[in-house]
Amino acid sequence: MTLETPLLSISGVSKAYGDVVALDNVSLDIRQNEFFALLGPSGCGKTTLLRSIAGFEDPDAGTITILGSESTTPINLLSLPPNKRPVNLMFQSYALFPHMNVRKNIMYGLQREGLSKEEIAQRVDEVLITTGLTDKAAVRPAQLSGGQRQRVALARAIVKRPRLLLLDEPLSALDRKVRAEMQIELKRLQHEVGITFVVVTHDQEEAMSMADRIAVMHEGRVQQIADPVTLYAQPANVFVADFIGSGSLLHGVANQGSFSAYGSTFPCHNPDQIAGDAVLVLRPEEVRITAAAPTDNPLMVGSIIETHFYGGSSSTTVRVAGVDHPIVASHPGAPQYIVGDQVGLSWNPQSAVLLQVQP
Amino acid sequence: MHKIGWLRVPLVATYAFLYIPIAVLVVMSFNASKNPFNWAGFSTKWYSALFDNELIRQGFINTMIVAVGATILATILGTLLAIGVARYFRSAVVEAYSLAPAIIPDLVLAIGLLAFFALIGVTLSLFSVLLAHVVFGMAFVSAVVIARIGQTDSSLEEASRDLGASATTTFFRITLPSLAPGIIAGALLVFTLSLDEFVVAYFTDGPSTPTLPIVIYSMVRFGVTPEINALAALLLLVSFTIVISAQRITRLTDAV
Repeated sequence: MTLETPLLSISGVSKAYGDVVALDNVSLDIRQNEFFALLGPSGCGKTTLLRSIAGFEDPDAGTITILGSESTTPINLLSLPPNKRPVNLMFQSYALFPHMNVRKNIMYGLQREGLSKEEIAQRVDEVLITTGLTDKAAVRPAQLSGGQRQRVALARAIVKRPRLLLLDEPLSALDRKVRAEMQIELKRLQHEVGITFVVVTHDQEEAMSMADRIAVMHEGRVQQIADPVTLYAQPANVFVADFIGSGSLLHGVANQGSFSAYGSTFPCHNPDQIAGDAVLVLRPEEVRITAAAPTDNPLMVGSIIETHFYGGSSSTTVRVAGVDHPIVASHPGAPQYIVGDQVGLSWNPQSAVLLQVQP
Repeated sequence: MHKIGWLRVPLVATYAFLYIPIAVLVVMSFNASKNPFNWAGFSTKWYSALFDNELIRQGFINTMIVAVGATILATILGTLLAIGVARYFRSAVVEAYSLAPAIIPDLVLAIGLLAFFALIGVTLSLFSVLLAHVVFGMAFVSAVVIARIGQTDSSLEEASRDLGASATTTFFRITLPSLAPGIIAGALLVFTLSLDEFVVAYFTDGPSTPTLPIVIYSMVRFGVTPEINALAALLLLVSFTIVISAQRITRLTDAV
């Protein structure tokens, strides 16, 4: 952890629409040059937070400050109208101006700053090269593909050299293949232009693969802020464990180093001395499938209901009598068993995360 | 599709029903004879007679004054009304009230306007016709522009603000241009409607400044002359040109 002042500081921000609470006392810091993701299901408040930073929502309470480019004293963002904030937003719909060609779309923001014609032309040319749009400069947005439109939206925002670039579901309008390309492209661009990115997404894989740090949000509250590996390995609560990655959650009761569920007791690692209602998180890659014989010491025994072979790896879904949902195990290579086989399941108690269920 | 070719029969019949009366009118406007039942050869004399007719010429000038003035005013006010309604009142009722003058019977509107002008003491003249045409024209423009707003990405204006534009710059550089096809279509619609509007004009016009439809009406009372046919054919030409160019403009600006 660095001790530098954060670039953007959100503190105690709340926003309600009538009875619906969109943001509930949200506080988080975003560091210089980081790729930050706001992740959560729809309606969790992530877009409201993004729009509050951009200036299109007015929080009921709290402060949002940003470090200026020269001064070290933070600027109060909430006192500025959207056109005076040193941040730019890339809209989910891209919001390209349909009556202007690509070049004019990109120039628009620079013209508003009153820069000289030469400087505008030079900066637009530069950004056209960075985003690979040079040969599309004279084309109108309607004639571009989804991926190209996204590049124009990105170019239009980064040409302004904002302190912070906000991206609202940047990849959701793209088809699967283009999305994978643009994920890499976004990362590359972020390094190249050296702008801090804040991405809003509901897609946990997208957030995990791109972001340096992720804030998981749910019902207007920040559930956990951490890097992707920590989120996956040490989720702060049941919501995060369920939302991040796949895996089976066993509901039971923890008691002094053991975990009882569905009439059995499992060994578990419990450094926090969790007691009472708890959830054991089993990630698919931690679950081992063995023969059902008692000599193999399985922790659970069940029958296979599904197997999937993905080429390099496969997944096996096992139904255990008495457990309300099936348990998934993934492993390298081809499936070793077929549907209907009785198998044993086991896992290393050190690798299964135990979480307290909040009453 | 080609297998059900017999469906062309009702199609052709329908078009014939629609266009034969108009075709007859156009053909008769070139008939040298005054008698519609007797074709006496091709002639353009009725067209030249038109231009010599002082009453028709004055009526045409009056109509143009009303149509151009009403189009300009109705387009500006209707556009602002549409933006206001779309932005601040997301209510079907408010939207319906903005469209009502376009839908209520002309006669009702005409009587209402006449009563209103009498009440506030406006002398009936071309100006009162112009104002009356602005009333329904505005409703048509706002209907077209509201539909256009519905098709426009609502984040365009926010994007403009985000890129550093003031509210005023955003209005003139983003809002208006993105609504332009609707605004132009609405303006042309108002122009064609105003051009041949009779009922409202008849009620709200002063006696010394008849518009062209009123002039035609007073002439027709003594029988349809070939001169009237020629005039109607010219009006038809103007309306068709405007409708086709409106469609073209809308399509061109849509194919961005």
